[in-house]
Amino acid sequence: MSGYLLAALALSALVMSFVGSARARATQNGASEKTHSRPIYHGLNAAIWTGVPAFIFLLLWLAGQNSVINQLVIASFPGSESLDATARSLIMSEVRQVAAGNIFKEPTPEIQAAVTHLKSLQQISAVAMVAVISAMMAIGAFLGYKVVDNRFRARHSVERSVTYFMMFSSLVAIVTTLGIIASLVFEAIQFFTKVPITEFLFGLRWEPQIAIRADQVAGQGAFGVIPVLFGTFVISLISMIVAVPTGILSAIYLTEYADKRFRAVVKPLLEILAGVPTVVYGFFAVLTVAPAVRSLGLSIGIESSPNSALAAGAVMGVMIIPFISSLSDDALAAVPRAMREGSFALGATKGETIRKVLLPAALPGIVGGVLLALSRAVGETMIVVMAAGLIAKMTVNPFDAVTTVTVQIVTLLIGDSEFDNPKTLAAFALGLVLFIVTLILNLIALRTVRKYREKY
Amino acid sequence: MSSAALTESISSTGVNWHSDEMKARRKARYAADRRLQVYGIIAITFALGFLAILVGSLTFTGYKAFTQTVATIEIDLSTAKVDPANIGEADWRGIVRGALRTQVPGMSRSDERKFFELFTSSAPFLVRDAVVADPSRLTGKSTFTIPMADPVDQLVKGGISRDVPENQRRINNKQIGMYDQLVANGIISTPFNWGLFFNADSRFPELAGLAGAISGSFWSLLVCFVISFPIGIAAAIYLEEFAPKNKVTDLIEVNINNLAAVPSVVFGLLGLAVFLGWLGLPRSAPLVGGFVLALMTLPTLIIVTRVSLKSVPSSIREAALGVGASKHEMIFHHILPLAMPTVMTGSIISLARALGETAPLLLIGMNAFITSPPEGVFAASTALPTQIYIWADSPERGFVSRTSAAILVLLAFLVLMNGIAIYLRQRFERRW
Repeated sequence: MSGYLLAALALSALVMSFVGSARARATQNGASEKTHSRPIYHGLNAAIWTGVPAFIFLLLWLAGQNSVINQLVIASFPGSESLDATARSLIMSEVRQVAAGNIFKEPTPEIQAAVTHLKSLQQISAVAMVAVISAMMAIGAFLGYKVVDNRFRARHSVERSVTYFMMFSSLVAIVTTLGIIASLVFEAIQFFTKVPITEFLFGLRWEPQIAIRADQVAGQGAFGVIPVLFGTFVISLISMIVAVPTGILSAIYLTEYADKRFRAVVKPLLEILAGVPTVVYGFFAVLTVAPAVRSLGLSIGIESSPNSALAAGAVMGVMIIPFISSLSDDALAAVPRAMREGSFALGATKGETIRKVLLPAALPGIVGGVLLALSRAVGETMIVVMAAGLIAKMTVNPFDAVTTVTVQIVTLLIGDSEFDNPKTLAAFALGLVLFIVTLILNLIALRTVRKYREKY
Repeated sequence: MSSAALTESISSTGVNWHSDEMKARRKARYAADRRLQVYGIIAITFALGFLAILVGSLTFTGYKAFTQTVATIEIDLSTAKVDPANIGEADWRGIVRGALRTQVPGMSRSDERKFFELFTSSAPFLVRDAVVADPSRLTGKSTFTIPMADPVDQLVKGGISRDVPENQRRINNKQIGMYDQLVANGIISTPFNWGLFFNADSRFPELAGLAGAISGSFWSLLVCFVISFPIGIAAAIYLEEFAPKNKVTDLIEVNINNLAAVPSVVFGLLGLAVFLGWLGLPRSAPLVGGFVLALMTLPTLIIVTRVSLKSVPSSIREAALGVGASKHEMIFHHILPLAMPTVMTGSIISLARALGETAPLLLIGMNAFITSPPEGVFAASTALPTQIYIWADSPERGFVSRTSAAILVLLAFLVLMNGIAIYLRQRFERRW
């Protein structure tokens, strides 16, 4: 339905752009005074008046209609005044399921009545939406047609609309950030009403497998974030141990030693490592790296877990290499020529210049790059979801399985997602922790990099 | 100063540069220099070697899934009692089994059951669907292609070895004998596996394909592009050309840079809470996937567009303004068209990134088990990367090579998109 409405909107706006410009051309002919805007602007103006208000209204209607209809259905449900929000949403989801035709058991008469009510409301809403939108289109088209006149400054009007659209667009980024913060904080606060925040922040046990129904046999549940953070730290550390030396050394070779042809071939090849989707790395870690790590562990006499921290961390490290390499590359290239040449003039070899002059000078930039890479490792999801463990353990043994924040978020949210049990809400609390940690890392990193750039 | 004088003045400091000690020092210093080079080469070799192993092992496990062992069976439907008005209701199981039975004569009942296990268990449905699509097959003999079950396929491709003891493989000696009989009958072949591209997901590896995932990814990327492309360009133009330099603009800029570095799984949480929770949009829908991907690609797109707008020389701006264009006309008639190749390159590359993105799609439920391709942006669906995740989690042997094949398909799409981007850049980009 809304698809046809959108098509109708686009079509009538298109038609109005031709009608408007035709009328502008007609009024121009034989007019005594010069027109202000070219006919195309009159056409565009008519199209905007026809389409845009109706389009905005359509979006608002679509966004709002479900919750309004829910409110109305629930309000008419017998005995709903005494129910809490959870029970209401349960009833509502049952009503919607039945209305969609997914009937598992014979619905009660109350539900049946609510379904009829829901369907009639949906019908009313659909008819009203079409009527209101058509009326808005018609009024807009009429006004847009009427306003065409030699003296009317159609170009200004169109440009103003475009400017408003651009301003709105640049606000989308802010709205996204606010949306992230709002959704994380809102759900996390709900979580903290069920699990005290101190237990979450300082608890040493993470066992989220709690009973969803009363008759299920499951653990008591413990939501202490420390072991999860610890596992994240271990895996990130392993990935950094792989990525930092490799990235910096390859950047040094590529900027200082390699000739142009070698660089032109190798640099894009390295960048491919960053372009491979993470789910591919995850599968590769499970398929190839984990068995290799396991046999490595056995050969040195250590019992290795099938999803060891080492396999996940090492593969993640390889993914991060090009990231560190290109940021170090930038930092090294930004060191002024004078410092390099001064060092050569004193008789230092290339290696000595790199180690004693270039690296110290580029250090802030490299550190910034490493911090950005660390933030990426902390937030990386698919590799660890597929290759790391599920059980939160406080261990530094790289052959053992540990879990990470992102693994827990994904495993807690795959499957059911009713927003009322601590298991689901815990994912949002973890998401908040992840967001804050990466935000701090990013801010420090961006600041270091920028400060360093200003220095030279 | 002559060279003799130079040597004189240095040796006057009391250091003999030609002594063995100094020679050894020089040697050590150059050795350190060479060591650094070697370390660099080792680092690059490690990274590129890893890449080679990655691609190599995926190709090695994946190429097998591009063929599928099938049996070509002739069935005479004129003798079967099929009501042409009601094709779906006929006893297809009986018909198919009857036709299969003739291939290996003289089987006991239990042998027969083992024999039917060699073929995909959906064989009756495949035959039924083929007849529904072409009812003229009812009048006489016609041939049907039936995929073999996963163990047989593995046996053919070497995933299961005949040398392994019988109790350790999923196909016993008797079944292997029956299979050899089928080969002797000349009905077994391994053609190219079109099902990999034209079938939707299935619990059975021999039937599972990527059609649902590819169209799900297509719809998501379409939504992503339709939203992020205009909004990204508009935002970039506003920030670059119109925005006053004040605190709000600074805030927006810092914000965009930070958003570009927010972990993708957080965008998944946003999508789950806002689009599914608060706005009540359908779960697993490519529409929501597209929304989330659009929010993720927007910051990168804005940054790329701003850079390309900045690179258009100011002489063009001034010339346009000089002949009386308004600021909007200057931007939309001159600056933006000139910046467009770079913007297109940037947006194709960010779309390619969005295509490979998995975690946010998992959180909004695009890892559902869906056996038909989605018919639009509201229908439940998977996407290529989430399909890879689902298959990677499936225990059947056949899914290992299917997963690798799906990865190869995904990588092929990525190479294609990046190739187009590079072509556009080299063909149309101007250097000022």
